[in-house]
Amino acid sequence: MSRRPVSNPHLRIKDAQREAARFRARAIAGFLLIALCLIGLGARFAFLQIARHDEFSTRSDNNRISVRSIAPTRGLIYDRNGVLLAENVAAFRLEVVPEQVKDMPRMLADLGSVVALSDDDLEHFDALRRSKHAFESIALRFKLSEDEIARFSTQRWRFPGVDIVPYLTRSYPRGEELAHLVGYVGRIDAADAEKLDTDRYAGTTHIGKTGIERRYEDELHGEPGYEQIEVNVDKKPLRTIKRVAPTSGKNLYLSIDARVQRVAEDAFGGRPGAAVAIDPRNGEVLAMVSVPSFDPNLFVNGISKVDYSTLLNAPDKPLLNRAIAGGYTPGSTVKPYLGLGGLELGLRRPEDTVLSTGEFFIPGQARAYRDDVRGGQGRVDLVQAIAKSVNTYFYSLALDMGIDRFSAWMGKFGFGRPTGIDLPGEASGVLPSRAWKRGRFNQAFYPGETVIAGIGQGYWVITPIQLAQALATLADRGVRHQPHLLRAIQGGLNAPAVPVPQPAAAASIIHSAANWIPVEQGMTAVVNGGGTANGLGDGFPYVIAGKTGTAERYSRTDEAWQNIMSVSVERHEVLFEAFTPADAARIAVVVALQAGHTGAHDAAPIARKILDAWLKYDDAGNGGHTP
Amino acid sequence: MKLDLSLRLRHWLLRALHQPYLDFPLLGALSVLAICGLVTLYSASDLDRHLLLNQALRFILGGVLMLTIARIPPSTLRNWTPWLYAASLLLLVAVALLGQGRGANRWLNLGVMRFQPSELVKLTLPMMVAWYLHARELPPRWLTLAAVALLIGAPALLIARQPDLGTALLVVASGVFAVFLAGLAWWRIVALLGAAAAAAPLAWHFMHEYQRNRLRMFLNPESDPLGNGWHIIQSEIAVGSGGWFGKGWHHGTQSRLEFLPEHTTDFVFAVFSEEWGLIGVIALLALYIFIVGRGLSIAANARDTYSRLLAGSFSMAFFVYVMVNGGMITGLLPVVGVPLPLISYGGTSAVSLLAGFGVLMSIHGHRKLLPR
Repeated sequence: MSRRPVSNPHLRIKDAQREAARFRARAIAGFLLIALCLIGLGARFAFLQIARHDEFSTRSDNNRISVRSIAPTRGLIYDRNGVLLAENVAAFRLEVVPEQVKDMPRMLADLGSVVALSDDDLEHFDALRRSKHAFESIALRFKLSEDEIARFSTQRWRFPGVDIVPYLTRSYPRGEELAHLVGYVGRIDAADAEKLDTDRYAGTTHIGKTGIERRYEDELHGEPGYEQIEVNVDKKPLRTIKRVAPTSGKNLYLSIDARVQRVAEDAFGGRPGAAVAIDPRNGEVLAMVSVPSFDPNLFVNGISKVDYSTLLNAPDKPLLNRAIAGGYTPGSTVKPYLGLGGLELGLRRPEDTVLSTGEFFIPGQARAYRDDVRGGQGRVDLVQAIAKSVNTYFYSLALDMGIDRFSAWMGKFGFGRPTGIDLPGEASGVLPSRAWKRGRFNQAFYPGETVIAGIGQGYWVITPIQLAQALATLADRGVRHQPHLLRAIQGGLNAPAVPVPQPAAAASIIHSAANWIPVEQGMTAVVNGGGTANGLGDGFPYVIAGKTGTAERYSRTDEAWQNIMSVSVERHEVLFEAFTPADAARIAVVVALQAGHTGAHDAAPIARKILDAWLKYDDAGNGGHTP
Repeated sequence: MKLDLSLRLRHWLLRALHQPYLDFPLLGALSVLAICGLVTLYSASDLDRHLLLNQALRFILGGVLMLTIARIPPSTLRNWTPWLYAASLLLLVAVALLGQGRGANRWLNLGVMRFQPSELVKLTLPMMVAWYLHARELPPRWLTLAAVALLIGAPALLIARQPDLGTALLVVASGVFAVFLAGLAWWRIVALLGAAAAAAPLAWHFMHEYQRNRLRMFLNPESDPLGNGWHIIQSEIAVGSGGWFGKGWHHGTQSRLEFLPEHTTDFVFAVFSEEWGLIGVIALLALYIFIVGRGLSIAANARDTYSRLLAGSFSMAFFVYVMVNGGMITGLLPVVGVPLPLISYGGTSAVSLLAGFGVLMSIHGHRKLLPR
């Protein structure tokens, strides 16, 4: 209708031509527009595929490659002769992938009726859930029993996302015997998880909690391997792209002789106390006992709350390692060191004598400091003073020495500070000193306190390992060797065990070698010359040098002391220290009992049993067959 | 007997060669594209033979349809145009009443196969606009434009309501291209574009929430990487990780491990880019622009206005499909459900596209004949 009437065919053709030309122009314009758009699109592709290729390649790999850590096998722990003290045994655990569980609380409740789940299990599980991704498998229950495995297997379909996984669990074949020393591993808890190198421990479930297990965690743990797995969008593993095997932890060889250890343990007969045996020539600890003990295996896969509180609250404190953290009053065991100090400082000559009248007075003071024997022990020189443990000799020596020289000299034996043995949780003890008392009570040090410090009473607190270190230093004529437990490290299954180098021993603390002789003579006389532990060395092929210690457990004014007056065995902390052979010691032993009659009566026989075991197993080249 | 048969075959071949109803460059390019599509789909579907066979059957069906339509003279097509347009409108109404599909009513179930009428409109709409314009004075003025707007608007609204905004926009584009090619004055184009820009906030108001989310995600996909932004991010990762030469056929991890959603349909281009790299993408885009260029050249050489406008607008619309899909998978454009022509898995799209190319071939083949 709007079309113009066309009569002239020429005009019509021209019109059509014009229209075609116009279309052609538009088609070209359209094509150019398209080409422009296409160049833009191509540029976008180039930008993504070339300029940002690396970024997207990485993101593509992150999408598809899931890295799973493979926990290394924990290193084993042996004694000096290759006796296994901590091993790995096959067991089964229950693992849960939280992502695959629809209703976690209900699933756990249902699962609890099939497999026993303790509150502890659930707490650990919850803690780990918070620190891991939802698609990561988390251990819920360890060490399933065969019954539990069977029960769960028949009902597996009820629990998607829950699986039984084989693993290696730590086991301590010697049980209680070395619980304090070897320690134990336990499940990584929230506190551990915070401190850990997450990469290294990604697949690890357990960590050393105490003892050697904790001290040498780095060596024992090993390096994890990993597995690169291709996963799809649902995180379902499709194939392994790469697998790097983990490196097992290193095997440790301790200086302990498990046979001597067992004898020492047995010798206590369950009486609370501790014993330490050291090779004075090098500081190797041959035995270290703390009684009572506990079964470390209980802790590995989660100890029940009841078991734990029983151990924790037992009056005898079985969890306490008395050998390094038990505090004892040294009593007369400090006398040889003090006596040596008198000679070294020039305050006494060996032949100088002191008259024991039964009571000692500080000039101008009325208080009497008693001897053990009523009426006194007569005139004694150093040898006799040590042999018969004559208090008056050491009262007067301590007083002459004064507290400053006293604490400086005794400090050279390592009293009052940790020995640095390779175990966690060592106590410092107390070496009486002016500075210590100022710090502790903000009071001056009184001469009376110096006097009783001379016989190992008063503020004195020692740990058995401290006394053993001092004794070993004395036995090796003043040369201190770092007490230690780790003897050699084995890098792999077939690798040689490499001895652990120890710091070079410092020069002897004794300036005049001759001064050592009367002290050794005194200690020898304790055992062989009619001293306080006379007869203890009978039948032993070497000369034993020793010293007893019997310390009051309670101050005589205490009500507690009054109460136990009648039970002599409860009144004292008793100690015994001994080394042998006396002139060239190869072993130094300290025994401390929490309660006993006297050091000679209760502690010395235990020491003798330890020496007998040592003689049988370790002496004369029998010892130290580290493979 | 044997001689007779070979003689008849020779006759048939000679006739086919002398009948210029086919455009061999276009046919060749489309064949390469179809093969390329099948190869890509086989990989994207993780070697699903069933899917491959399905798609091949559709290509065969579409190919037969294309060759059949190619033999129909454009004048006949022109005469059918209003009826075809009316029929496709009716089908859209039927979809609105009886349709099915996931979340959107796009399909009609024909028993044998499911059918998407909106794909048909991609062909019948430019036909209708061309039919309408060829009898009018060109370049078109406002009154003509208003009539064309009605012709475009009716199917576009029906499709947008399904809701399938992507296809609706493409349908609109094909009609608009016809008007553009008809020589609409530039100042009118500018005025219309300005009006469209002004109406954009209104469009936002009428959008579905999921459509708005797509737009939001397009602007900032990382704001919700696991939800609405997932498609865009994973697609960009697939494309970007392809690099220069790609990861190789069936080595595209993004699709094989199912990080890339819709990897046989709307996002198949991302799979292609991942496996063939920039080199492959450039080759594919070159193939597409060759097809578009050939279509425009056929249009320019056509003898009547109807043929010109139809061939031209169809070719340009074809390019828009490529552009929109390519823009979508590279994060250049928002996610709209537009398949990549002849590569994405999907029957109606392939069949209707091939039918459209049948029309182009008919126009090309019958160009020597004088227009009625």
